[in-house]
Amino acid sequence: MTIAGTTTGDRLVDRVLRGDHAAVARMLSRVESGTDGVHLQLARLYDSGRRAHVVGVTGASGSGKSSLVAALAQTYRRRDRTVGVLAVDPSSPFSGGSVLGDRIRMGDLAGDGGVFIRSMATRGALGGLARTTVDAVTVLEAAGKDVVIVETVGVGQDEVDIAGASHTTVLVSVPGLGDAVQAIKAGIMEIADIHVVNKADREGADAVVAELREMLRHARYRRPADWRIPIQTTVAITGDGVDEFADAIEAHREWLSESDALARRERDMAASRLRNIVTGLVLEKLDDPATGDPFEKLVDRVARRQIDPFTAANQLLERTLS
Amino acid sequence: MAKTATPLRVMLAKVGLDGHDRGVKIVARWLRDAGMDVIYTGLHRTPEQVVEAAVQEDVDVLGVSLLSGAHMSIFPRLVDLLAAYEDLDVVLLAGGVIPDEDVDALKGMGVDGVLGQDSTPEEIVGTVRQLAGERHARAYG
Repeated sequence: MTIAGTTTGDRLVDRVLRGDHAAVARMLSRVESGTDGVHLQLARLYDSGRRAHVVGVTGASGSGKSSLVAALAQTYRRRDRTVGVLAVDPSSPFSGGSVLGDRIRMGDLAGDGGVFIRSMATRGALGGLARTTVDAVTVLEAAGKDVVIVETVGVGQDEVDIAGASHTTVLVSVPGLGDAVQAIKAGIMEIADIHVVNKADREGADAVVAELREMLRHARYRRPADWRIPIQTTVAITGDGVDEFADAIEAHREWLSESDALARRERDMAASRLRNIVTGLVLEKLDDPATGDPFEKLVDRVARRQIDPFTAANQLLERTLS
Repeated sequence: MAKTATPLRVMLAKVGLDGHDRGVKIVARWLRDAGMDVIYTGLHRTPEQVVEAAVQEDVDVLGVSLLSGAHMSIFPRLVDLLAAYEDLDVVLLAGGVIPDEDVDALKGMGVDGVLGQDSTPEEIVGTVRQLAGERHARAYG
C-alpha cells in the first residue's frame, strides 16, 4: 500500500462521510475492484456508527423488482427518508461483461440528492448478489442513507444470500409463473419477511395470494410469537399498494427493534459477513505468490495422487493461518 | 484485499425526444460481449439525469446516442454539466446520426470521440478501450 494511495483513500472516506455522491461513487468502485487499502477505508466507514435499515428485494426475473424498488424509494422520499439503492444484474459467464438495466425503471428518481443508485454486476457470484454488495451497503450507510434497498438478480429457487445481508427480506411474486408446488419447495420461498404479489392487476393474482397464504398457514418453522409474514399486493408501475408495502416494511422494522429479533438478525448478518471475509482472505492468500507456489505444487501432487486432497487442504490452511 | 481486474464501465444513454434505441441496444451487446459492464439508462432522459447517473455509476465512458439532430445543443450541455464535478474525467462519446461537418465542432467543445451510425463493432470496442483504459486505471486503482 502506497502512502499516496492511503491519503487519497482517507480523503475519500471524509467526503463519503459528508455524503458527497461523487465520493460515494468512487469509493464503491474501489470496493468493487479491491483497491489497495480499501479494507482500512471500509473499517473507518463501518466505525462511523451510522446505520441504515437494509431492505432486500428478490424474486424471479421479470417480476418487476426494479419498478417496485423505484416506487418504494419514491415512497420513502415522500416520507423524508434518504435512500441508497444497489441493483445487482448478472455478468456474462463468457465475456465477463454485463448489461445493467435496472436504472431504466428508476428514471423518476433522478434529480433528487436524497437518492443514490448504483448498478452492480455479479462477476460470477452465485447467491443472487455480487461479492462486494454487503461492503457497498456499508459505504451507503456511512454516507448517511436512512434506508438501503438491495435488489438481487432475477432469482430461481436457491439464491438466498440476500437473507443474510438484509434486515427485511422481500420476495416478489407475480401471476402466471407456477403452480402451488412451487410454493411448497424449500429455498427462496422460506426467506421472505414480506411477500409482495406484484402486477396484481393481472389475471391470476388472487390465486398467487391464496397459494402464498396457504403456504404460510402450514409453515412449521416459525413460533407463534414470531413475525406474521404479510402478503402485499402491488402494481409497481402505477404505484398501487406501494404505500401499504412501505408500511409493512416499517412494521417489520418496528417489530425487529421491539423484540430481540433485531439483535439476532444482526448477529446472523455479522456471521455471514465475517465468514465471507475470512473465506476471501484465505482464497487471496492462495493467490499470493508466497503461498500460491505451495498451492500449485500441492495441486500437482494431488493430481498425481501422491497426496490426498484433504491432507493437502489442511497443509495449505495451516500455512495460510501461520 | 486482492485486487481484481474489473471490467471497463460504460453508460449508454438516450437524451431528449428521440425514441429509437435499437442501435444503442445493439452497441450495448457488443460492448458486453467485449467484456465490459454496460449501464443503459433507457429513453427520454435529460442531460441532467444522464450526468447524475454517470456520476453515481462512476463510469469510464458516457456514450450518448442521438438520432434527432439535437446533438449541437445537447452535447455542450453535457460537457458543462460534467465539468461541474472535479476528478470525474469521464470519456464522452457521441453516437448515432452525426453529420460529418459537425464532428470537428463536437470535438472542439469537449466530446472525446464520435462514433457514427456506420461504425463497425471493432471500431466501437476499440475506441472505447483506447480512450477508457487510462481513466479506468485511475478510478479503480
